[in-house]
Amino acid sequence: MPVPRQHVALLATLALAGAVTAFGGSLNAYHLDVAMNVGIAIILAVSLNLVNGHTGQFSLGHAGFMAVGAYLSSAFTLRLVPASASAFEQHLLFFAALLTGALAAAVAGFLIGLPSLRLKGDYLALITLGFAEIIRVVFQNTPALGGAIGLNGMAPLTTIAWTFGWVAVTVFTVSCLINSTYGRGFLAVRDDEIAASASGINPTRYKVVAFTLGAFVAGIAGGLFAHHQLAIDPRGFDFFRSVEIVVMVILGGRGNTLGVILAAVLLTLLPEFLRPVAEYRMVLYAALLIGLMLLRPQGVFNLRLGRSATGKI
Amino acid sequence: MVKTHLRLLPSVLTLSHLSVAYGPIHAVNDISLEIPRGAIVTLIGGNGAGKTTTLQSISGLVRPAAGVIRFDGTDITRLAPHQIVALGLCHVPEGRLVFANLSVAENLALGAYLQRDPALVEQTRDHIFTLFPRLKERLKQTAGTLSGGEQQMLAIGRALMGRPRFLMLDEPSLGIAPRLVTTIFERIVEINRDQGITILLVEQNAHLALEISSHAYVLETGRISISGPSADLRADPRLKAAYLGG
Repeated sequence: MPVPRQHVALLATLALAGAVTAFGGSLNAYHLDVAMNVGIAIILAVSLNLVNGHTGQFSLGHAGFMAVGAYLSSAFTLRLVPASASAFEQHLLFFAALLTGALAAAVAGFLIGLPSLRLKGDYLALITLGFAEIIRVVFQNTPALGGAIGLNGMAPLTTIAWTFGWVAVTVFTVSCLINSTYGRGFLAVRDDEIAASASGINPTRYKVVAFTLGAFVAGIAGGLFAHHQLAIDPRGFDFFRSVEIVVMVILGGRGNTLGVILAAVLLTLLPEFLRPVAEYRMVLYAALLIGLMLLRPQGVFNLRLGRSATGKI
Repeated sequence: MVKTHLRLLPSVLTLSHLSVAYGPIHAVNDISLEIPRGAIVTLIGGNGAGKTTTLQSISGLVRPAAGVIRFDGTDITRLAPHQIVALGLCHVPEGRLVFANLSVAENLALGAYLQRDPALVEQTRDHIFTLFPRLKERLKQTAGTLSGGEQQMLAIGRALMGRPRFLMLDEPSLGIAPRLVTTIFERIVEINRDQGITILLVEQNAHLALEISSHAYVLETGRISISGPSADLRADPRLKAAYLGG
């Protein structure tokens, strides 16, 4: 009996999280910053992969869910965490703040999941894009949440342990889910909705679950992001942020968890190496995407042969 | 158009005055069918006659504009597809819609999605392997890389994993090597005979369909034009001219 893949994934992620945490102390501030950005990117990409990759519902709204998580968790810690709190209490409240933001994001995901029952492909992409923009504009026009200036002054509560702890939890949960009997339903819905229905699967429920769960995890990532950057504003969660995450999923190979993780790492590190030409980052992304679609339509890191889901975006 | 020859038998599935419309176009127009328990009944007709639409409305994939569908006494007209499957009515869709990116084993596991007893699932799976030994050989293979005939076997096997009482097959011979078509039709007869599963078979290959079925309905542009025992239909001059090549 071979070791289940999801256990390998968990052990690998935990080992990585442990290693990063252990060496975290010896890293300089810059490397620590990049490491946390990598972790947050992995969480975002793996959660979007559940929606775009495994369930085949093309969503362009992930930044919106991230924004909900970022704003609500920040509002929570700014208002409810007393300055006199001990480090332990602060982190306990931080955990509660992350969950609050994630739950709110999940509600938003549920609401966006509903139109996905009727729409497919590019129509769905447009709707999710519009929804994410609405979320952003609402934040931009809510004075209590800082309006266009955003929120700042959050305590630097996102540690390397928190970040990679959540990476491990996310990767493990998604891998377990996808390899379970229940989770194969996501793949079935992606491959063929009619055949899925004919097998007794309710595609509607799976789509809503994928959106809700994906949004929940994106909300966590948003919270981590906010307490790492310490200042957030609506522009940080615009269309380009969504596209960045989509690129990670496509580059990694839709539905391929390991590939998506590698792509998240690569695309977070790449701009760091390209600091001198940082303004051309989006140009580079575009060029990369075009090259990728021409050379490896199944995803750069997708080593499995056979027809993948990439034909239909 | 009352089908007296079927009235006497207890029917497991009845369609009364079913109509399905796609916008202004009537794909199925006021048809009534009765399928006796344990029988193989076939629905034949040319392209666009409404055969697939009829099956899809039975399994809940399309909503009928009018009419009532009863399965074992239950009105299933407005039920969702997954609820209908749960009642034991399984549909093998046209064009062997297997989950192309998943393995044969995963496809079969998804067929047993609603089954809760692992021992029973195992037993059903073994039975399917005796019907289609090829599936056992290809267990780890990605379904999309199977041949057409193998995909059809998988689609039927997947439906059987749900332990249906009633199986609807939509054009199982479509685009499959003739040798495999024979095999698949032999298996369909076995499934009906050995497991007592009622079968509604939609086919363009009228010869084969009339050979293995006991009753047949002929659909023409959304209406039933001819119906009766398959043996009678095989000799029917109208059918001979239209579908059996004289």
